Amino acid sequence: MARDTSLLRRSQTLGSALLGELGSLAQRAVDRSMTEMLGGESFERRIARVPLNLGRSGVDAFGLDPVWTKYALAATAYLHRRYFRTEVFGAKSVPPGRVLLISNHSGQVPIDGALIGASMFMDAEPPRFIRAMVEKWSQTLPFVSLLFSRVGQVVGVPENAKRLLEQDEVLLVFPEGARGISKTFDKRYQLVDFGLGFMRLAMETKTPIVPVAVIGGEEQYISVGNVEPLARLFRMPAFPVMPQLLLPGGALPLPTRYRIHFGEAMHFTGDADDDDSVIEEKVWLVRATIQSMINRGLRDRKHVFW
Amino acid sequence: MSERRAKKIEAGSGKVVVTGICGRLGRRVARVLHRERPVVGVDRREFEGKPKDVDHQRLDLRRKKLKDVFRQGDVEAVIHLGVMHNPRDSAAEHHSWNVEGFGKLLDYVAQFRVPKLVVLSSANVYGPQPHNPQFLTEQAPLLGGARFSEIRDLVEVDMLAQSFFWKHPDVQTVILRPVHILGTVRNAASNFLRLKRPPTLLGYDPMVQVIHEQDVVDAMHAALERRVRGIFNLAGPEPLPLSRILRILGRPTLPVPYSLARPALNRLWALHLTSFPAPELDHIRYVCMVDDARARSVLGYAPKHDAEATVRAVEADL
Repeated sequence: MARDTSLLRRSQTLGSALLGELGSLAQRAVDRSMTEMLGGESFERRIARVPLNLGRSGVDAFGLDPVWTKYALAATAYLHRRYFRTEVFGAKSVPPGRVLLISNHSGQVPIDGALIGASMFMDAEPPRFIRAMVEKWSQTLPFVSLLFSRVGQVVGVPENAKRLLEQDEVLLVFPEGARGISKTFDKRYQLVDFGLGFMRLAMETKTPIVPVAVIGGEEQYISVGNVEPLARLFRMPAFPVMPQLLLPGGALPLPTRYRIHFGEAMHFTGDADDDDSVIEEKVWLVRATIQSMINRGLRDRKHVFW
Repeated sequence: MSERRAKKIEAGSGKVVVTGICGRLGRRVARVLHRERPVVGVDRREFEGKPKDVDHQRLDLRRKKLKDVFRQGDVEAVIHLGVMHNPRDSAAEHHSWNVEGFGKLLDYVAQFRVPKLVVLSSANVYGPQPHNPQFLTEQAPLLGGARFSEIRDLVEVDMLAQSFFWKHPDVQTVILRPVHILGTVRNAASNFLRLKRPPTLLGYDPMVQVIHEQDVVDAMHAALERRVRGIFNLAGPEPLPLSRILRILGRPTLPVPYSLARPALNRLWALHLTSFPAPELDHIRYVCMVDDARARSVLGYAPKHDAEATVRAVEADL
């Protein structure tokens, strides 16, 4: 009996040693390919240059853990550079310190957010980890809530947004919300109404707004319609009809070529608690800027796939 | 009149009445205060290791005799720690003890013009919720009872103290809402960390704030000394993921899926095999953290124990 347990323990230590060896092998491979994609700068060194507000435990107050974020970034970096071969314009002009990135939302699945995150880390200077707001119900899901928290995604309530900006983070907001991401193909690249919350937030915290136009997302999943009764039934924001899902491998997004345009920072001043009509005017300005960036980007794009 | 009394508090000459003095936290409060001023303890339990100069009145807060404590005069402050929270006891007994007893106490504070009242509430009154902001301020609604009805009493005590605060502007009412207090105290959080194999919920690892019992005592002391009133959250050292807290203690954990843990805990509870009611699981599932900027600036509070020392305090000899 005693020998059995010692045998068991020995095989366990052997197993964990093997796993550890495999893990470090995978880690080295990730580091190597990331360094290559970063154009020579080592992955570790770039992460060390990201301005963060970590506590002594190595985690920030919202639960962001650079060790987890590193692997999430490695995965999105692959999508960014290899799968979608994103072209990024103007990332260098994103100002340091607190920033609100305001972007159009598209593509049925929020890949646009992940790619903006990857380009803020890989193409911006200094490299940044973006923070975004997630649905409240996501906190009730095991693993999902944990992952979101460790890679810096926070519960979507105004208090959190304000606190993040006050600690000089980059916050990504899609003011179109769920209506934006679930557009059908005939409505592609036409912005729907913007919420007003981001503008009040920017004015209250004196945060510059960087307009972002993402092109390429609308063609990754082509939605020809929206079945509203089913959406209501499953409590989803929309139930898109996507014929490509019937094809083999159609669950993957089409490998369109993404273009991400970062615009010049916009500064807004005034009373954050002003009338809706006053705020709407300012929001309209941001929306018009993004729409014209999209239109220009579409005109200059040579092809959807390359 | 109130000016004169306020001066007297700073001199620290008047009596301090401490309810619930025989609890572990109460005894610590007594040990700090009795060197500075006369302390009257009110508790129906026995006082182990009572300092000689502490006057212990063994009585129930609901009894008329409580009034005699105030009648003798010169009561300069009341510290209310005597909140009962034992989920095994009947709801009726809880309610009558916590709400009726505290109501009586408030009546005497008003009637005998006691200038200071310090009430120990808890950050649990906000309750762990999926939609909580990462840091709750003192203005956040008290939703603790929404998913855990047994703590409605505590919410009610907090509310009573708040309405007293508004009704009696001449009394300096201080309500303290500390996060999970760790140490020799017997509360759910400390008991949980003392388990040989604390269960966790598979796929959840919320950020948690803890505070050392002595830091709470120091905050109460500051609330007594300073001329302040109002509600103060107390957050302790920097927040940590629950997994890090358990790693500090070096105990093996037992990850259980929530869908299994809840019915299992309900079953164990019904069989009297555990002291944790199932709604407590929300504390290891969702965040319930507070912003204590107000306590730090107005009360001059700062925790003296770091995260590691705070967590390790549960291992101290009882």
